[in-house]
Order: sequence, then structure tokens, then C-alpha cells
Amino acid sequence: MASEKTVYMDHSATTATDPEVVQAMLPWYSQSYGNPSSIYRLAGISRVAIDEARAKVATAIGAKPDEIFFTSGGTESDNWALIGTAFSHKGKGNHIITTAIEHHAILHTCEYLKKQGFDITYLPVDEYGQVRMEDLKAAITDRTILVSVMFANNEIGTIEPVSEIGKLCREQGILFHTDAVQAIGNVPINVATMNIDLLSLSGHKFYGPKGTGALYIRKGIRIDSFLHGGAQEKRKRAGTENVPGIVGLGAAIEKAVRDQDLKTSRIRDLRNRLLERILTEIPNCRLNGHKTERLPGNINICFEFIEGESLLLLLDHAGIAASTGSACSSGSLEPSHVLMAIGVPIEIAHGSLRLTLGIENTEDDINYVSEEIKKAVEKLRSISPLYADYLKKRS
Amino acid sequence: MYSEKVMDHFMNPRNQGEIPDADGVGEVGNPSCGDIMRIFIKVKDNIITDVKFQTFGCGAAIASSSMATELIKGKTLEEAWEMSNKAVVEALEGLPPVKVHCSVLAEDGIHQAINDYRIKQGLSPWEEKAGHAHGHDDESGE
Repeated sequence: MASEKTVYMDHSATTATDPEVVQAMLPWYSQSYGNPSSIYRLAGISRVAIDEARAKVATAIGAKPDEIFFTSGGTESDNWALIGTAFSHKGKGNHIITTAIEHHAILHTCEYLKKQGFDITYLPVDEYGQVRMEDLKAAITDRTILVSVMFANNEIGTIEPVSEIGKLCREQGILFHTDAVQAIGNVPINVATMNIDLLSLSGHKFYGPKGTGALYIRKGIRIDSFLHGGAQEKRKRAGTENVPGIVGLGAAIEKAVRDQDLKTSRIRDLRNRLLERILTEIPNCRLNGHKTERLPGNINICFEFIEGESLLLLLDHAGIAASTGSACSSGSLEPSHVLMAIGVPIEIAHGSLRLTLGIENTEDDINYVSEEIKKAVEKLRSISPLYADYLKKRS
Repeated sequence: MYSEKVMDHFMNPRNQGEIPDADGVGEVGNPSCGDIMRIFIKVKDNIITDVKFQTFGCGAAIASSSMATELIKGKTLEEAWEMSNKAVVEALEGLPPVKVHCSVLAEDGIHQAINDYRIKQGLSPWEEKAGHAHGHDDESGE
């Protein structure tokens, strides 16, 4: 029998929508359902609701409301930021710089742009997952139009030197986009002081609704429209607005940023205790990513001699929801491109486990999860030929 | 994503372990692909009297090893050689398409163990039939 208990430690995949957020969204379905583009009062209140949400998103990242454009989520924001600026700036050049550890929403968009004639440079990262400024400087040419570097990595949680990158790009007159999907609500962000030109965010990563997101576009930046149709979002992103979703996004980001310090210090503390227990109680494992420049809830760890998908299955059986960078979990032959980029040996990368903690995790969860991981790792090692060889070599 | 049978064999693997004085040992896969299977057989009068496995790999790889070893235990070497990966998949009540290669690995591991036995006995190894597929695709999203 599978466990009745549920411990959710996959907050980087998605989060539960906050009940307060759901409450804020409900009136906008069946009561105040007017199309914001219409002229009667029922429509007018929808328009006001969107404006309020826009102001909340702007405040959360230090932008102005007219710099916020609502989208369907992080993937759309990333696609729009890259494709929209690439085509509108191709008169200046065709070179785009990004990193080897971006989310696929960036990497696959870059592959598409390459087919359209753009040159893409993928910056390497150091062993902790950070971009080196000297690599970025060396990659910039007079044809570079855009630099896209994620704010924080979704797998290993490493926080990139965004302020430094923003400063350099601004000095060089190059657009700087950051995918901040994992960072919102976890790291203080100010697009003005950090010299960010474009920023992607996604509602469901900070207890908001799925299918909601925004792209911040600094005033004055030229960008092509992404969806063509009606006049919504200043003619840049057509389609009737997802009013309940936008209201939910606004409510969620307001709360995420308001409680940020308190919430993150508590989560970081729990995370550190869980990490400490795993590292001290389970032999032959290693932490991936940066020790300090790291998202507060993120643990990414490799257990030698075992494979990640089987570990997830055992944890799932114990009611624990987690994630892995193993190839076997995704059906692809290669393990995580992020673990490869930070130099984790391929056979060890197959044994990675990502735990991402969030607001509902407790001290009890830490004890339970560390015990269950220990049991699961022991069980899988007892089956593993690699572990058998290791024991023989040692004796 | 897995059948109850797969989960049963994954959670409670049969024939897990090592036979120190095995008559034949097969090892297939490699760590960089994320799966390795090692099959140990004990043979008496042309019959597989005991079989054990060690597997590094996903749930389907462990369940395939467990099921495949169950299927060949007590069988003649000829019968064990004829056991196809399809028989393993059927006995497991199906595997997701991307995991079918795990059952192929089990078949290959058993073939290697049998041929290792044959070579040790001074016999010529049996030949593999051509054409079973290993396949993977796509990544998941978040």
C-alpha cells in the first residue's frame, strides 16, 4: 500500500494556488465576466481589475504599470521576449547570447531563431552554475542584440549575477532579458536598479494560478507583437484577457513579495536542516549548485550508484513528491543539461534528486523526508551492481 | 504511468542479489545511459536452477530484471534463450513505450549469461537474432 501521507517538495515544478488567491479570482468568472474591451459597466470593472493587477505586478518588480504585459505564462513570455526583440532588432545585428543552463523555453526558442538566421552563443557556467562575466564580455560582438540569462536556475537553484550582467549590457547598449520564473517571491528583484530590459514571470510558481504570466518590457524597448488580433495589451499581445487569471496573478505576486523575507528565511532554514541531514546521514552523495547563491527552497543532490527515477518512485510510494534530472524520468537519453553544464559526471547525474521546499513544508516533513530518502537510497543501492562493485573495491 | 505488476516487481523485486559461484554471468548497459543489468545463473543438467540480478536503473529496468529472472527460473537453457523481451513486457502487463528498451536489456542480459555459461563449458556461444530496438525520445516540461 502506498502511503496516505503527502509531502510536496516540488515547488519549482508548480505550487498549490493560495486559497486567498482563488477567492480573489472567483467573482471574475460568473459574476463580473464582462469582456474588458467592451464599453458597458460590466466590462469597465474588468478593465479596472486588470489595471489593479498590472500595478501589483509592476510594484513587485520595481517597474511601471505600463511596462507589464500579461501572457499565458513563463514559456510564452520567454518566447515573446526572444523572438519579439530578435526580429525587431535584426537591422542592428543577428547575435544573441544566452547560457547552457536555461530552461527549454529559452533553449528551444534559440534553436528556432537559429533556423531563422540568428547566431546563438551559449555561455558555459562554472561548477556552481554561475555565468562568468569574462565569458560574457568575450562573447559580445558588434552584432550582439540581446543577452538572455535566467535569474535563478530551476534545477540547481543557482542565482546568476543579474545586476552585473544588467550593468554591462546597459553600458554596451545591448538588450538584457532575464527569465525570472523561479526567482519571483524568492529573491528581491528590481528591474530599474538591476538594469533589466525584459523579464519573464509565471503565476503558478508563486502560489498563483496556472496559465498566467507576464513579460516586463522596459518603456521604449522595440519589440514585435507576439499574438496578432485585437487591441489588447497595447496591441502587443492580442486575445481577450484572462481576467480571473490576471486578478489571481496580481493577488499572488502581491502576497509573495510582501511576505518574502519572512517566508524565505523560514524555508531556507528548513532547507538547510534537510540538506544537512541528507549530507551527513547518507554516504556518497554530493550537492549540486551554489552553497549560498541559491534559491532558498532548493536542494539538488546526486546519490552515487543509483538512478533518479527509481528513487522518485520509492519516494512517491512514501507520499513524497520530488523531481530528478535523470534521463530515465524524461525518456530522453541524456541526463539534465544543467548537471552536464556544471560538470557532473554523466553516470552520477543519473542519480540526481531535486527537492524544492515551499510555504506549507514543516519541521515534521524534514524528518520524514530525510528518513524516507535514506531508506530508499539504501534499498536501491542494495540492488545496484555499481554499489556491489564499490563495496568489493573498498573491502 | 506504470502497471500494478511493474510497481509490484519494482517495490518487491524477486531474485535480487548475487550468486558468488555463478555458472554464467551477463552484464549489459552502461552507467552513462543510466542502466546496467547483471544476471547470474546457476545451471544443472541444462536447467537454470537459480538466477539472481543486480540492476542500476529506473523502475522499469528493475521490474524487468525481476520479471525476466522469474520467467527463466527452472527453465532449460533453450527455453530461457527463447524468452523474448515481449514476454517480459506481457508478464509485466505492459511498459510505457519509452521503457520497452528496459525489457530488451533484460533479454540481452540473460543471453549474455547463457553464453558466458556456454563459453565456460567450452561450447560455442549462441547467436543473437537481429533487430531489437532501443529507443528514447523527448523531455518533460515544467
